[in-house]
Amino acid sequence: MILLVKIAATHVRNRLRQTVVSTLGVALGVGFSIAMAGLMEGSQRDFTTSLIDAIPHVEIRDEKRNPTVQPASRQFDAVAFHGLRPLEDLRGIRNPTEAIASLREWVPGQIAQRLTGQSVLRYSGQDMGMTVVGVVPERELVVSKIREDMRAGSFADLTSTSNGLVIGDTAADRLGADIGDTVTMTSGTGQAKRFKIVGLFHTGVSSSDEGLAYAPLKAVQILFEKPNIINRITIRLNDINSSNTIAARAERQLGYKAVSWEEANEGLMEAFAVRNVIMYTVVGAILLVAGFGIFNIISTIVHEKARDIAILKSLGFPEGDIQQIFVLEGLVIGVLGAAAGCMLGYGLSSYLATIRFEFSAGREMTHLPIYFSTLHYAIASGLALFSSSIAGYFPARRAARLNPVDIIRGAT
Amino acid sequence: MTHSAPPTAVSRPLLEVRKLTRVLPAIVPVTLVKDVNFSIGSSEFVAITGPSGSGKSSLLYLLGLLDRPTEGEVLINGQGTHSLSKRDLAHLRLEKLGFVFQFHFLLPEFSALENVTIPMQKLGQLSYRQQRERGSALLEGLGLSEFLHRRPAQLSGGQRQRVAVARALANAPQLILADEPTGSLDSVATEQVFETLASIVAKEETTVVAVTHDIDLAERMQRRIHLVDGMVDYDRARDDLVNS
Repeated sequence: MILLVKIAATHVRNRLRQTVVSTLGVALGVGFSIAMAGLMEGSQRDFTTSLIDAIPHVEIRDEKRNPTVQPASRQFDAVAFHGLRPLEDLRGIRNPTEAIASLREWVPGQIAQRLTGQSVLRYSGQDMGMTVVGVVPERELVVSKIREDMRAGSFADLTSTSNGLVIGDTAADRLGADIGDTVTMTSGTGQAKRFKIVGLFHTGVSSSDEGLAYAPLKAVQILFEKPNIINRITIRLNDINSSNTIAARAERQLGYKAVSWEEANEGLMEAFAVRNVIMYTVVGAILLVAGFGIFNIISTIVHEKARDIAILKSLGFPEGDIQQIFVLEGLVIGVLGAAAGCMLGYGLSSYLATIRFEFSAGREMTHLPIYFSTLHYAIASGLALFSSSIAGYFPARRAARLNPVDIIRGAT
Repeated sequence: MTHSAPPTAVSRPLLEVRKLTRVLPAIVPVTLVKDVNFSIGSSEFVAITGPSGSGKSSLLYLLGLLDRPTEGEVLINGQGTHSLSKRDLAHLRLEKLGFVFQFHFLLPEFSALENVTIPMQKLGQLSYRQQRERGSALLEGLGLSEFLHRRPAQLSGGQRQRVAVARALANAPQLILADEPTGSLDSVATEQVFETLASIVAKEETTVVAVTHDIDLAERMQRRIHLVDGMVDYDRARDDLVNS
């Protein structure tokens, strides 16, 4: 085998220019695919992390996945009814304490309850629509990352201030309000209540920073006139990848719709999947082109080395050895290209990671998020080696089948 | 056309061909070698002669197991080769046969010593050091001690051909097949190569079968097999030919 490698390496070395060009082709393919994969997965992970931090991993809502079957339909399932007034259920999760206790028995993570609703926040003559979330502060702190997003005041102050309110800094800026100011919140039913701002947060997600407010659960229940009622149970899981399973089991157990973060962002996940398919297709195309370059050089070497092939066969090298020599030549180029490509990919990724951007609107991104993964290097190198060996295989097979007598006769 | 009995008594032939025929398939099939029979023993120096197109080289390729006969069989040390696989034939070539072609056919990227050690590396019976030592000894024995590390392009025609002879001897084969080994050489180099082959027969107890157009050289070999139209015209020892 060492002899075959030596012969293959000698052939490749003696066609230095073509070898360098082919190796560069593979290296560029591998390098750019690594950088592109790092950039795309980095942005995906960055976005997903922000998303997961902003929302519960599983949220149980006071609604059913399918419309409630009305009593008349249950009674007479073969009969069609028109114009019946449906039975109106009271909104909210029934027996919340019992429901949360039963979830705590098996859910691997933290659980909190919420009452959310729409309201209008008024301060100094200005109104802003706001989603108010009534929380038990100490529970909310363990299921969300709000503590890390606090810019002023303290979220924990909601515990000691029964009418405390934590709002986004963008909303506060627009209203001209600050910590210590008292604002008026009006619910959809016209119920108004005064709250004192005890904290400001900044998540980086504009919809939250402009339109989300936290207040103690009791105060929100009073505001919405829903005493002892909650309409959300939020879960923060130890393992985010189990969200779908946990959500399905919780839904079966409680009967309420349980939405995992993956389901809530299904469209986005699909977009990421499509994006990954596009990326790997482009990478594959690049490496395919590089493969043609290798095929070309190995074919040329086989053509030029026909006489050497005849010599080796006359010396007693079997067809398998001849084939291995030329497959090895393809692999030598593939290995060199993959190694150079990995270095190029690392260099490109490192450079891209230093580029910084500043966006004022929407998601803030201070730098290009690059994810360094050995898997990217392994996939790109593996694809390069695969395409190299395939590119070397066909000329190698032709070389192995050459009849030495024909070549010797042709040469003499 | 004369078919004579083998000129030397061959007790256990090294090489034996029986009814060897090679036909090239074509719209009009071309017969290269037809119904050839002979035996060659150890330490013989045999010339295969004949006019152009008489099938000399084709016969040599059949003897060297590079080509398969249409009919008949080649036996080496009494072992039939007809049913051997390509891999087994390759191994037989590696172990028992050596080739010298009209053009040196050395691997141009390798030095003279490397060219000689390649068959030894492939056979794998000697250590790396032993391969180098044997390769050096073979080249030195052929007067090439100063050219061990030169590439073929840096050698003269005669030197290249002697390197090719050294390579053919690398695995101490029982039979060396030479196809016009002096065909591309001047008279001085021709004499060097011929003497080399003759000394191999004398010292190494190796049989040499050489195809040649050069009648002077053929007459200096122990035996001559003359082909005409792919068939053996005569097969005689040198002494018989001289007497006749």
